[in-house]
Amino acid sequence: MTSYIIPVIFLTVLVLSFFKKKDAYSLFVDGSSQAIDLMVGVFPYLVTIMMAVAVFRASGVSSAVANFLSPVMSLFGLPKELTELLLLRPLSGAGSLAILDNIFVTYGTDTFIGRCASLIYGSSETVFYITAIYFSQCNVKRLRYAIPVALIATFTGCVVGCLLLRVI
Amino acid sequence: MGKIWIIMLIAAIATLLFTSPDAAVAAMIDGSHSAVELAMNLVALYAFWLGFFAILEKIGISNVIAKLLKPLMRFLFKDIDGETQKYITMNMSANLLGLGNAATPMGINAINRLSKDKTFATSNMIMMIVISATSLQILPSTVIGLRATHGSVAPASFLPASIVATVLSTVLGILLVKLFSKLFPDEKYAARLEKKRLAAASSPKAKKAKRPFRRRRGET
Repeated sequence: MTSYIIPVIFLTVLVLSFFKKKDAYSLFVDGSSQAIDLMVGVFPYLVTIMMAVAVFRASGVSSAVANFLSPVMSLFGLPKELTELLLLRPLSGAGSLAILDNIFVTYGTDTFIGRCASLIYGSSETVFYITAIYFSQCNVKRLRYAIPVALIATFTGCVVGCLLLRVI
Repeated sequence: MGKIWIIMLIAAIATLLFTSPDAAVAAMIDGSHSAVELAMNLVALYAFWLGFFAILEKIGISNVIAKLLKPLMRFLFKDIDGETQKYITMNMSANLLGLGNAATPMGINAINRLSKDKTFATSNMIMMIVISATSLQILPSTVIGLRATHGSVAPASFLPASIVATVLSTVLGILLVKLFSKLFPDEKYAARLEKKRLAAASSPKAKKAKRPFRRRRGET
């Protein structure tokens, strides 16, 4: 069902543009011509974040920090095995996906840990990454309460979600 | 952001000095490589979606969506113009459809328009970021796919709880931004920044301290 949604939207748009006599071809060319410029602005942030996350994981510091924080996790009813996932999820999509994969291999997909990990990855977003990219092309340097609010909201969602997983 | 970044790097590199010094640079270059790979993939996605959005916009669909979501926009944001509203609604719609990478260009445009000649994030910008960063993930297809490949008997079994989690995070995020924008109004923040700037500009010590920093930035 869901695999139909986007192709149908696409088709509708193309048919509409045909009947409205808009030159969809040149419009598409125009639109896509901005892509490289956009990436030129975004790319430095990609490298900056991703190289730091890579070395942070490779050094074992991320799992050490995770170990250190795991008592806090238990306090919120989250399995302590998932601390590293929760820690890296806001930073990097690829990095946390690798951890999720690892969790599935180690603990299985249908255990509480596996389901809880799926929920954490599936219900949240890469908060730091999104913030860095969205602000990459303007002069705003002071983000004030943006990141704390996003993190608190995400974390609360995960805690409540995992609590629900215990009952259903 | 910058603080977290430097703490991560210092801790990681310092640790690697003791454990395996060769791995430090290798890991960082490895990370940069994957950034280039991701960038290549993203350019394709941005080009595709920006092209599509250009058609959407010209045939007036984005106006229709913006109009439909106007009451919601009015609740979430304080006086924003029509063009910005259009970008925000397109960003939200793409996020709702699970197209995070299609949402990005629209999100950047929206933030650019909201941030004209500002150096700090206004409550509008923060609302925009928080909504995107806690965006509703109705169908987390990546996770469901990964669960299936690992032989899960019920790949989508976590979905009901996951939907509660993502809805809760979005609602809570919006409420918190609303609360904080009342507690710490933009105008007050702007005034405080201005005062700080004036104080820094009038003290000769600060001027001297800043000069070598600027020169260094010019060189690189």
